[in-house]
Amino acid sequence: MPNQSARIDLQPDVDTLVLRCAGTWHWQQTLPAQPGLAGCKQVRLLAEEALEDNEGALLAWLLHLARNCQAQQIALDADGLPAGLGRLLALALAVPARPGKPEDNTSHFIQRLGETALRLWADLPQAAHFIGEVSQGLGRLLRGRANFRWRDFLWLLEDCGPRALPIASLISFLVGTILAYMGAVQLAQFGAQIYIADLVAIGMVREVGALMTGVILAGRTGAAFAAQIGTMQVNEEIDALRTLGLSPIDVLVLPRLLALLLMVPLLTLYAGVVGIGAGMLVATTVFGVGAREYFNETMLALSWTHILIGMLKGTVYGALVAFAGCLRGMQCGRSAQAVGEATTSAVVTSILLITVSASILTIMFQRMGI
Amino acid sequence: MDTPALSVRGLTMAYDGRVIQQDLDFDIPRGQIFVIMGGSGCGKSTLLRHLIGLQQPAAGRILYGGDEDYWAADETRQDALKRGSGVLFQGGALWSSLTLAENIALPLEEFTDLPAAAIREIVAVKLALVGLSGFENHYPAEISGGMKKRAGLARAMALNPDILFCDEPSAGLDPLSARRLDELLLELRASLGSTIVLVTHELASIFAVADQAIFLDAESRTMTASGNPHHLAQHGSALVRHFLARGEDA
Repeated sequence: MPNQSARIDLQPDVDTLVLRCAGTWHWQQTLPAQPGLAGCKQVRLLAEEALEDNEGALLAWLLHLARNCQAQQIALDADGLPAGLGRLLALALAVPARPGKPEDNTSHFIQRLGETALRLWADLPQAAHFIGEVSQGLGRLLRGRANFRWRDFLWLLEDCGPRALPIASLISFLVGTILAYMGAVQLAQFGAQIYIADLVAIGMVREVGALMTGVILAGRTGAAFAAQIGTMQVNEEIDALRTLGLSPIDVLVLPRLLALLLMVPLLTLYAGVVGIGAGMLVATTVFGVGAREYFNETMLALSWTHILIGMLKGTVYGALVAFAGCLRGMQCGRSAQAVGEATTSAVVTSILLITVSASILTIMFQRMGI
Repeated sequence: MDTPALSVRGLTMAYDGRVIQQDLDFDIPRGQIFVIMGGSGCGKSTLLRHLIGLQQPAAGRILYGGDEDYWAADETRQDALKRGSGVLFQGGALWSSLTLAENIALPLEEFTDLPAAAIREIVAVKLALVGLSGFENHYPAEISGGMKKRAGLARAMALNPDILFCDEPSAGLDPLSARRLDELLLELRASLGSTIVLVTHELASIFAVADQAIFLDAESRTMTASGNPHHLAQHGSALVRHFLARGEDA
């Protein structure tokens, strides 16, 4: 016999609505509408012999009906249902539904924009509080009263510095190459290829080296800080520190901040040297500039001011990366998803802060004439 | 009569403005195993977080040694009170970047002037007490869940605390490991006279180890029963009786 589609036959009686469930119920079809219950005092459920509900569509339909009956204080007689279905319905109704959490209606763009703005605004006091705590921690460290673990610090120094060298080398080399190529194409029109050395040296040492180092550290080290501290939050490891009276700022944040602050200027300098090397390679092999000539021009172009400004910028970017990574880690919730969000947020916050501070510092130094 | 190890007076706990439990009043006697029990979501672990100073009460007081209000003390004193108690967290909460020996040594290195050799000896003893001799150089990721809990217990005992707090110690363990942990707690109480506060809803553990217990009810949001669990099995509240019924049968 071919399957008949799901249907409900209504048999209104005096004060009683008799519903006969029939056919094969599955989710791919349009289910019958819920019946109107106005003026009804009892609903009696019956079933045809050929009734099939392998996917639970009828059960879901009946659950809606039962909840409607409960809401309108209408008696429901389910004795006419097949035994298994009747038991499942009784089981589903055994615990009354709680009011629950209202549905999340944040799909409207303007509403989401507003909520994001409010969240960012609420983030500011937390960030200020975190800066205050870190400052207090630095004060304790200077007085020799912080729970600072030197062994962790040394490990972090290695992780932030030497272990970042391969990726820093690769990126700096490529950026140096791009800078040299772009400049050389223009300068070659005037026969001034030798000034590739000036462009690359000043560009890499003063601006791009620090910027690229900051971005690399944001993606590599800042994200790792957020993930490490966030996971410790999830595993109650930070609670374990607190129950011993150990400050998570002293144990986790200060070593990371100081390790990055010490390593970033060196990485910035290194990125500059690698970039200059890449520029020299391009200039000598593609544009016919002599290696000694290029080196001499580089030495003429570079000054201590450029080097110190580059290192200062790198240090600022490093501090911002450490701050964002540790802050997001400490703010992390207690789930795996929260760790992912903290990590993403750390990278986004770091890059945003680096970009803003790069603009401010560049304008500031230009205005100061250095 | 001894002053209680810890007293709770009129404690109300709230989260996001929602009251979880209110007007809690009880004493934790010294040298006993005290169980906080109740169904899922009744606030057992939250109460523990209040007792160990991780969460501030919405109202009420937590008195250490019977009369010292934890939240009225200054930060330095609070830290000292915290160090007088050890905590075994639900998953062990071992610091994952440190070996088991380093986990146990950390509180000793931070808060005592003991020489390194003495710390090594203490670590070895604590690990032996929980049956983990030979695992000194293992990292938490290299051992099983039950071993993590035992190592967490060893770390909680590192500073010889007056009170030991354990959050669901047997949760997620097989029956044999759970029983071994219960026996360990009984041993600690018997041999060291430790006061142990246990948060659990594992009935077998409750009947095996508890001297005293309180029952938190999620519906009424308050403590509905207190006393010895064997007596509570005949309690006037049907909810408490039903909660404990299957454990007595077991």
